[in-house]
Amino acid sequence: MLLEVAGLRKSFGSIVVADDLDLTIAASEAVGIIGPNGAGKTTLFNLIAGGLSPSAGHIRFDGSDLAGLPPQGRCRAGIGRTYQIPQPFENLTVFENLLVGAVHGRRKTETEAVQACGEILDQLGLLKCANALAGSLTLLERKRLEMARALATAPKLVLLDEIAGGLTDGECAELVATIGDIRKTGVAILWIEHVVHALFAVIDRLVVLNFGRKIAEGAPKEVMQRPDVHQIYIGIEA
Amino acid sequence: MMDAGAARPTRVFRIETADRLSRTSAIIACIVLLMLVLLPVFAGRTLIQDLIFLFYMLALAQCWNLLAGYAGLISVGQQAFVGLGGYVLFALTLIGGANPLLAIPVAGIVSAALALPTALIVFRLRGAYFAIGTWVVAEVYRLVFAQVKALGGGTGTSLSPSVTSSVPGIEWIKTALDVRTPAARDIASYWLALALMAGTLAFVYLVLRSRRGLALGAIRDREAAAASLGVDIDRIKLAVYVATAAMTGMVGALIYLQKARISPDAAFSVLDWTAYVLFIVVIGGIGTIEGPVIGAIIFYLMQRYLADFGAWYLILLGTLGILVMLFAPRGLWGLVSERYDLTLFPTRRRLVVNEDRSQG
Ligand SMILES: Nc1ncnc2c1ncn2[C@@H]1O[C@H](COP(=O)(O)OP(=O)(O)OP(=O)(O)O)[C@@H](O)[C@H]1O
Ligand SMILES: [Mg+2]
Repeated sequence: MLLEVAGLRKSFGSIVVADDLDLTIAASEAVGIIGPNGAGKTTLFNLIAGGLSPSAGHIRFDGSDLAGLPPQGRCRAGIGRTYQIPQPFENLTVFENLLVGAVHGRRKTETEAVQACGEILDQLGLLKCANALAGSLTLLERKRLEMARALATAPKLVLLDEIAGGLTDGECAELVATIGDIRKTGVAILWIEHVVHALFAVIDRLVVLNFGRKIAEGAPKEVMQRPDVHQIYIGIEA
Repeated sequence: MMDAGAARPTRVFRIETADRLSRTSAIIACIVLLMLVLLPVFAGRTLIQDLIFLFYMLALAQCWNLLAGYAGLISVGQQAFVGLGGYVLFALTLIGGANPLLAIPVAGIVSAALALPTALIVFRLRGAYFAIGTWVVAEVYRLVFAQVKALGGGTGTSLSPSVTSSVPGIEWIKTALDVRTPAARDIASYWLALALMAGTLAFVYLVLRSRRGLALGAIRDREAAAASLGVDIDRIKLAVYVATAAMTGMVGALIYLQKARISPDAAFSVLDWTAYVLFIVVIGGIGTIEGPVIGAIIFYLMQRYLADFGAWYLILLGTLGILVMLFAPRGLWGLVSERYDLTLFPTRRRLVVNEDRSQG
């Protein structure tokens, strides 16, 4: 298994946002996560990527325990992430944003990293604004930059946090195609998404979170048919 | 015809760091530097003394900018290293009988060596607590040096003329430029200050153009995101803290060689070595290399023409600082560079595409 989360628990004071979570992801597998607002989806990402440390439980990645490993170590181990609220380096150019990940996340020199960064920008349709300041991008472009930057670190697993919201149907289809291409290169994907039809076009398996608990897991279509999930799903669509 | 997927021509990318503009500014920088080196031949003593002040404030501002503007380390305790550098120079020359020129790099080394244990303490603190911590540490340094009787204790001490005149080259300056000893001392200090300032500027610029500079730009904008892209935040911050402490210590040694008199209250003054420096960086533009240069020149001009107004001068300084923070948070350089897309010290890495290069 590439990622193994076991008995993961996180509480902020008396609020429990991750409650005894178990989750495994195999290499080049694509797993989707849905759940209502505040279910603890982003918190799970922060725990995996090292922004938060768990109250209890273990996370193993690629054969080693991640406990105590800071975010930069997890990045270098092969975990790339995007932020739900984009966090671009506004005063660097779009290209430089990727270069940070390629140079520091993969320990490459700038010259070695250029070609890969250029190709990722091309793939995500950001080439035309490669030399623009990231602070000048629109929200949609910022979301793409999040993904491009994560890919620049050459991850084995990429964590995508709500990247399809607000897209037109055409753009959404494009995004699905892009994520499909990324999958083909052997990168595993863990994707939090409210836009269920986009999610379903990519994933092999679906996990449903509610109040920090995993309430369902399995083949996407089957999971969605369960009455308790259906209840929440209606809540999401509303 | 659409070219999708594999049919797309392979594009070859390359990186471009130095553009024509940067070559132009390199030439201008060399000319300015040459003019400054030759200035003592023409200029009077007052201007030389003023420029010494401008140069060391600019060097301190560049250090603080790297520290606070890039690495996010808002220290209000850099006077610890100014004072330390000054006292190391006094100890080495007065007690050890060393040459002042040698004492300046030693002051840098001692500052770096003490910055490491200091970092161990203050790096445990975050945000405002870090700022307060650095100030407390500087106060501790001040209290410790006030106890050293051999260096004048709380009242301080002076360098004898035999020490201040022992800077190599003073005799040469006297004959070559036909000036008397005090003026020759100022000219020697001027060249030292110029060298330190130019060295600091060059160091900061080279750091910002390196891979660490890329990381510092990322840390400046978004620290958490930088970490999740593999940037080793703690290591870079420690390196910046130690390097700027070394440079600040050397500048401190030079300042007190020029002043020839030191006391704990002056050498560890938070007003002189942190508040003014902070003002320079904030009005010039924090987080840019040009900002401190602009800020230092403005500060020098205000000091030169308005310092006679005493308290009003300080009130004006504070007001200007607050106005800039409120209405031009990126400083005066920010206003200029936004409008004219200008940079004097280009650090941008541009992506260049070579289209339609068929695959081999
Ligand atoms: N640092 C924190 N301190 C305290 N509470 C927090 C913190 N971070 C998140 N929470 C709380 O934890 C809960 C889960 O938040 P989380 O961001 O993981 O939800 P989510 O499933 O990603 O929701 P959304 O769909 O809105 O993005 C929320 O109630 C949130 O308020
Ligand atoms: Mg979320």
